[in-house]
Amino acid sequence: MLRIHSLVKTLPGSPPRTLFDDLALQVESGECVAIVGESGAGKSTLLNCIAGLDAVDRGSIVIGGQEVCGLDDDSLARLRRVQFGFVFQAFHVLPHLSVLQNVALPLWLLGTTDAQADARAQAMLERVGLGGRGADAPHVLSGGELQRVAIARALVHRPALVLADEPTGNLDPERAASILGLLLEQIRAGGAAGILVTHSRAAARRADRVLELDRGRLADIGRLE
Amino acid sequence: MSSVLRRIFVASLLKRRLASTLSLLSIALGVALGLAVQIIHGAALDEFGQGIRRMSGVADLQVVGAREGFDEGLYAVLALRPEVAEASPVLEIEARIPGATTPLRILGIDLFRVAYVQAQLLPVPDRAPTVMTDRMAALRDDAVFLSDEAEAFLLPDGAVHGEEGSRRLTVQSGLQVHELNVAGQVPGARERLGVMDIAAAQDVFGRTGLLTRIDLRLVAGLDVAQAIAALSPLLPAGVVLRPVEEAATEAAGLSRAYRVNLTMLAAIALLTGGFLVFSAQWLAVVRRRREFGVLRALGLERGQLVHGLLAEGAVIGCAGGVVGVALAHGLAALAFRLAGADLGAGFFQGMAPTLRFDLPLSAGYLCLGIAAGVGGTWLPAREAARVAPVRALHVAGVAGGAFRAGRARAAAAFSALALAGLACLLPPVGGIPLGGYAAVVAILAAAILALPALTVLVTKLLAGGRHPLWRLARARFVASPQQVVVAGAGVVASVALASAMAIMVNSFRLSVDDWLTQVLPADLYLRASSSAASGYLDDAALGRIRALPGVAGVDTVRAVNLRLDAASPPITLLARPVAQGWGLPLVAGGMRPPPANAELPPAWISEAVADGHRLAPGERLTLPIGGAMRSFAVAGVWRDYARQHGAVVIERATYVAMTGDARINDVAIRLAPGHDAGEVATALRALFGAERVDIARPGEIRAITLQIFDRTFLITYLMEAVAVAIGLFGIATTFAAQAATRKGEFGMLRHFGLTRRDIGRLLALEGVLACLMGVLTGLLGGAALSVVLIEVINRQSFHWSMDFAVPWGALVLFAVSLVLLAGWVARLAGAHAMRQSAVLAVKEDW
Repeated sequence: MLRIHSLVKTLPGSPPRTLFDDLALQVESGECVAIVGESGAGKSTLLNCIAGLDAVDRGSIVIGGQEVCGLDDDSLARLRRVQFGFVFQAFHVLPHLSVLQNVALPLWLLGTTDAQADARAQAMLERVGLGGRGADAPHVLSGGELQRVAIARALVHRPALVLADEPTGNLDPERAASILGLLLEQIRAGGAAGILVTHSRAAARRADRVLELDRGRLADIGRLE
Repeated sequence: MSSVLRRIFVASLLKRRLASTLSLLSIALGVALGLAVQIIHGAALDEFGQGIRRMSGVADLQVVGAREGFDEGLYAVLALRPEVAEASPVLEIEARIPGATTPLRILGIDLFRVAYVQAQLLPVPDRAPTVMTDRMAALRDDAVFLSDEAEAFLLPDGAVHGEEGSRRLTVQSGLQVHELNVAGQVPGARERLGVMDIAAAQDVFGRTGLLTRIDLRLVAGLDVAQAIAALSPLLPAGVVLRPVEEAATEAAGLSRAYRVNLTMLAAIALLTGGFLVFSAQWLAVVRRRREFGVLRALGLERGQLVHGLLAEGAVIGCAGGVVGVALAHGLAALAFRLAGADLGAGFFQGMAPTLRFDLPLSAGYLCLGIAAGVGGTWLPAREAARVAPVRALHVAGVAGGAFRAGRARAAAAFSALALAGLACLLPPVGGIPLGGYAAVVAILAAAILALPALTVLVTKLLAGGRHPLWRLARARFVASPQQVVVAGAGVVASVALASAMAIMVNSFRLSVDDWLTQVLPADLYLRASSSAASGYLDDAALGRIRALPGVAGVDTVRAVNLRLDAASPPITLLARPVAQGWGLPLVAGGMRPPPANAELPPAWISEAVADGHRLAPGERLTLPIGGAMRSFAVAGVWRDYARQHGAVVIERATYVAMTGDARINDVAIRLAPGHDAGEVATALRALFGAERVDIARPGEIRAITLQIFDRTFLITYLMEAVAVAIGLFGIATTFAAQAATRKGEFGMLRHFGLTRRDIGRLLALEGVLACLMGVLTGLLGGAALSVVLIEVINRQSFHWSMDFAVPWGALVLFAVSLVLLAGWVARLAGAHAMRQSAVLAVKEDW
């Protein structure tokens, strides 16, 4: 699903800092990978590079057979629209859309018909346990519920790859575990691949594989017990 | 200023540079427009008043009558009265100068009396050896003395004419021209005028035995009111006695309604500026809610928070006021240099006053600027204080506080409309339609209060459309009516003003056009001079016109002016054949008087006379004609856009029978079929001399009239443009501030596949929707305002009725342009937020 080869990225500065040094990564469909590492190691930047939101100096990123590096802004936008799902730490649920509309947003962007978009968004909400909250405004939801909405939004359009950057960073441990379980379950159920960036060992433990980003390279440390 | 106030509140203005600058600019523009209009008109009125006082010297009272004059026997009667210490007679002539565009004011004076009362008018003979230098020069019947201004205007090259090298001035009386010797100067006069011996002036201008004014100096210690009471019974009909100061303020009265209207337009620009401050401050308060929560948690009192925010508004208002005051003086100086003191209506044409700094006036406008700043901040400050600190600490963002409940707001809007309706019923106060202006304010308030409700109504119409950008924009529009209010309040005010003015001006212009068609039915018009000036025609001249080939018929007009009382400006009496083909544009009554007063000669009064003297068809009208009070029956009321202070039409035959005055000012010529107007005009010029008469076709008169009309309203268009620009500033401020708070949203949307261009389109769409609501509400408000302008303000100010005509095409074009412009402005304002990396944007907590 995702192939990264010889990725090099240097951050400007004096002296310049090498963030990725010949970095390689391969993630298959249905697999959930956690990336851990110290703050500033470049975990989030790697996600951004994969999504085409940040540029690399050299190397190749291929998603579903499509090379990401070198695409123009519009092509990258189209690629994200179809292939990616995102879950953010701060939820980023639009306050002026209802819960159902927030979930349907990626389908709107893909041009899905209203009836289909609503049906799929509603089905997705049911899967994350918010079946009866579609008409609600986001401000009446709790933090955990908002993140469930975000997960539903990330998966509703059946993306090939879901990128989640500290998806439980704003939640208490109990709620975080529940949300994470839901996220991974939904990624696997949809047959997508998932990359999870986290500081939390508890979160990383739920992934199929854990990679540590250290000095510009990813080291596979297997599965945490 | 406390350090909290300075460091927390006022300093935040510097962080919000765009919003602060636009708020400041909008207040500055409002202040500048209002103050500049006041400075320009104030200087013109000062100059005018000083001129009157200068010309009146030490006189306490003036006896004035019709411009054509009154019997000079009155002078002898008054001069001998014990109340009068000195009396000085004056014959004032607007002398037509052949070839000149404007007449010359010539004062015929009694040289032996003028020194005691109006020493400034004393003529001083030239000392050059080639001209008359004898001490009695002023008494010669062909001598005229010119002020420096008149000399510079009439004899700009200092040309020497005449056989003996003397300077000559040609004046016209009737169709005759007279050569006068320019015998010296009038050093005390600063106006454009000439002075002659009164007997010579009477002789040259055919006014033997007539005076137009007598200036009186009362005996020491005598009260002016007592003197008026004692002397008034001695005056013939149509002649009044008034203090000199009253004469000086007459110009102010003549132009007051026009000046107040311009000031109101400037006030609306300032009000729009206040709305912009409201938009900027509201958004800032919402964005800083968490900051306020922290401050409140740390011990800042609710009142201190409100005061701090109001201080921000006051600082913006004060800075805007200072810039506005400076700008106003700059604008006034520019206006004086480029156009004199006249802003288009012609009240102060030819005046070039000097710019003076008026401290109280400037301070007053500075205070208005501060009031706009504080007023615009009041509601946001109240909202900020209302939120509990705990909630403020946990909730931030652009969702904003709740405006007043929908039902209460709708009730307030209806109440404001009802108040507007009641205010329209109030009579004018001192000729100023205060009720009309109150209605304008109430309608604007109602429109802004109704904006959220109308927004909800419109959202129901916007249900269609599947494009994601449209759905996102629509969702935000539906979910945040308060955003529409914040962004669109300024647009509502400025669009309401602009559309109301457009409807009023269009109605007025079309009505003037129709009116011209009715009052100009002839093929050709000939004028010896305007009613005020010295040119005229007589029956002999009329006979020569009738005898010309191609002339099928002629109708004549004699125009004189009359004073009905000392307090009112003169009205115009038009003596003309009424029933002979050129009808009056009647709005009430008919061509014949009602049976009740059938024995009286008929008169047709203009709307200004009907309103000012509360007259209606069938009622009796008394006019001072030929030194006696004459009664007429009001047969009808007619529309007259030419004479603001009123006109009365009577049959020429009646006028001639009452006065013996057979002079004619204008002749309307009907041509025989197949004859060319140009050929007849050429023949008329050959007959009388091209420089002695003005000849025009109806089309030319119409073109000139409409040109003057458009010039009059040019200044109002400029002021409307400023108000609309300030309204757009409001859109820009709102979207710039909101875009800054929505970086996270934009970042998320970019993650999900929108491009920067898509985000720009989204902002443009939101700007279009917000402005659309402002424009729609503004147009509704504007329609209501236009009714107030046409039926109340215009009617009470100028006594002109007009037919309601909406310029649909222009309004649609204006509205569409404004909405599209708002979309562009919103996109531009949000460009900064769009530039930020999507990656960083989603990292920010919102």
